[in-house]
Amino acid sequence: MTDAGRSDPDSTVLLRVEDLAVHFPVTEGVLFEKQVGSVKAVDGVSFELMRGETFGLVGESGCGKSTTALAILRMLEPTAGRIIFEGQDITNFDQKTLRPIRRRMQMVYQDPFGSLNPRMKVRDIIGEPLVVHRLAGGRKQYRARVDELMEMVGLLPDMASRYPHEFSGGQRQRIGIARALALEPSLVICDEAVSALDVSIQAQVVNLFMDLQERLGLSYLFIAHDLSVVRHISDRIAVMYLGKIVEIADRDQLFRDPKHPYTEALLAAVPVPDPEIEAERPQQLIVGEVPSPQNPPSGCRFHPRCPKVMDECSKVEPLLQLSSDGRAVACHLHG
Amino acid sequence: MTESQPLLSVTDLSVSFPTDRGTVQALDSVSLEVDAGETLAIVGESGSGKSVTALSILRLIPDPGRIEQGSVIFDGQDLLALDRRSMRAIRGNRIAMIFQEPMSSLNPVMTIGKQVAEPVRLHRGLSWKVALAEAADLLAKVAIPDAASRLDSYPHEFSGGMRQRVMIAMALACRPQLIIADEPTTALDVTVQAQILALLKDLTRAANSGLILITHDLGVVARYADRVAVMYAGRIVETAAARDLYANPRHPYTQGLMKSIPRLDDESDKRLVPIDGQPPDLAHLPPGCAFAARCPHVADRCRVELPMLETLAENHSMACFGYD
Repeated sequence: MTDAGRSDPDSTVLLRVEDLAVHFPVTEGVLFEKQVGSVKAVDGVSFELMRGETFGLVGESGCGKSTTALAILRMLEPTAGRIIFEGQDITNFDQKTLRPIRRRMQMVYQDPFGSLNPRMKVRDIIGEPLVVHRLAGGRKQYRARVDELMEMVGLLPDMASRYPHEFSGGQRQRIGIARALALEPSLVICDEAVSALDVSIQAQVVNLFMDLQERLGLSYLFIAHDLSVVRHISDRIAVMYLGKIVEIADRDQLFRDPKHPYTEALLAAVPVPDPEIEAERPQQLIVGEVPSPQNPPSGCRFHPRCPKVMDECSKVEPLLQLSSDGRAVACHLHG
Repeated sequence: MTESQPLLSVTDLSVSFPTDRGTVQALDSVSLEVDAGETLAIVGESGSGKSVTALSILRLIPDPGRIEQGSVIFDGQDLLALDRRSMRAIRGNRIAMIFQEPMSSLNPVMTIGKQVAEPVRLHRGLSWKVALAEAADLLAKVAIPDAASRLDSYPHEFSGGMRQRVMIAMALACRPQLIIADEPTTALDVTVQAQILALLKDLTRAANSGLILITHDLGVVARYADRVAVMYAGRIVETAAARDLYANPRHPYTQGLMKSIPRLDDESDKRLVPIDGQPPDLAHLPPGCAFAARCPHVADRCRVELPMLETLAENHSMACFGYD
């Protein structure tokens, strides 16, 4: 498997994922459980994320994008592969060794309603990571830090004593971001972090992410199904299908000239908010739906839906090949 | 129905919900029209009243919601004046509805075939046997592979996209004159969304039915709608032919929406321009224009007086004082 994107391992690589796999066992029987198969949620994913970069991860439900994120955070145990973060191979770190690592990578979740404890004041939600990692200091210092974090994400520190239900969806997402930033992470993983927000509010939060990156030098792994948002925020983008990365490219390359037929299909499916353009656009829709990851198609996993399918596609699995212009595609058409 | 009369015409419809925090004015004097064969998109953010509009047309407002005023004229009949029985004869028959969440709209313990056949049997008085045969045809029409053999399947055996196809088959079962689809593809993946919407559009066009498409996605509107109504805080603030609205959005809220969405075809690195602030609390609406607090063009008058929907040009109206 080639390393996707840029192959030169230098000091600017923040996160490197090599051949990552996460398989979930499928069992049968109640008393004597036996494994009858496995769901290959993530199956050999490799990419590198540079310092200060926003790396987008897109794909439809079940493609393994969220599972990839959870494995990187070691909230799920990888079945195979390596995760190298800030130069350290953290794949086999135990929970205790992981603790200082966890300060450096944080996650912002999709659901601003489900991910905040409704019985905690906003100050304590944002400050909790400081307490857990024994970085809170004195009461005065703690409050000052929380105030600072709130200001950073555009919340008024006066509101620190309120509870989550008193905030709107957009504000709750800001609370989640402030909490993620409390420990000064270098990597923030955003899993559908703006998907639940109304469009006018979504733009506010997207801008906030971009401002914070500039100010704090953050790197983002930005996971979303909304291609327009990912395009707007990302430097490079990986497209996933059924547990595999099918294409990685700079965002303008990817959108201007998609190589993988799945990327093409995905882009064609997203309507552009302009009726004049839409009327001219060829509407070539791919048929069918994503198959089950428990029993993925042979060869290229996209072949049953691919409009350009060839004989070898059902027999030989295409590997992610790095091309001369720094792009990577897993397709026999571009072998 | 005469040629000049629209298929559906909603006039001055107001709906309120009493709550412990006060009365929530979910709809305030909403007027809209849909012609046969036309797709009207209703766009707006959560709480703008899109779904309540759909439910009011079918008189399905949940308790304790109340229709305060207005009329809903469908094919010459005022639906708000009908008794329950006559209303039931229209619902699911001449007006069909497709909801966002197909899993909660389908009966989990009834076979797919029976669920699709039920409206056929109920409204068209056919026997189960004939109705089931027709259900198989309908399922084939919505591109369910091997439809006849799937009649005995249960909803949990279908994927999300397949379930939504079943919902469309049910909606089409009685050849309705009007279909109301409330965020029909929001829960689906983009490639499946495109399939479902294209299917819905083709089938309604072929049957010359009216379609009300409720969505928050301005891309979907651009691809599928003929006309658009933009809602904000329970009122329609602008309505126009889709091309006019995108080429020349006039209401500051519509303009704000257009600027706040990232576009797939936009290569510039422009920042998004969000609309400042948040939508108002519907239980405590300000006296003037509900958008005034977020509006970049706000004037003194906007905070005290409510702008009415006025015609700007043929097929283009807007509720704003800012422009003449």
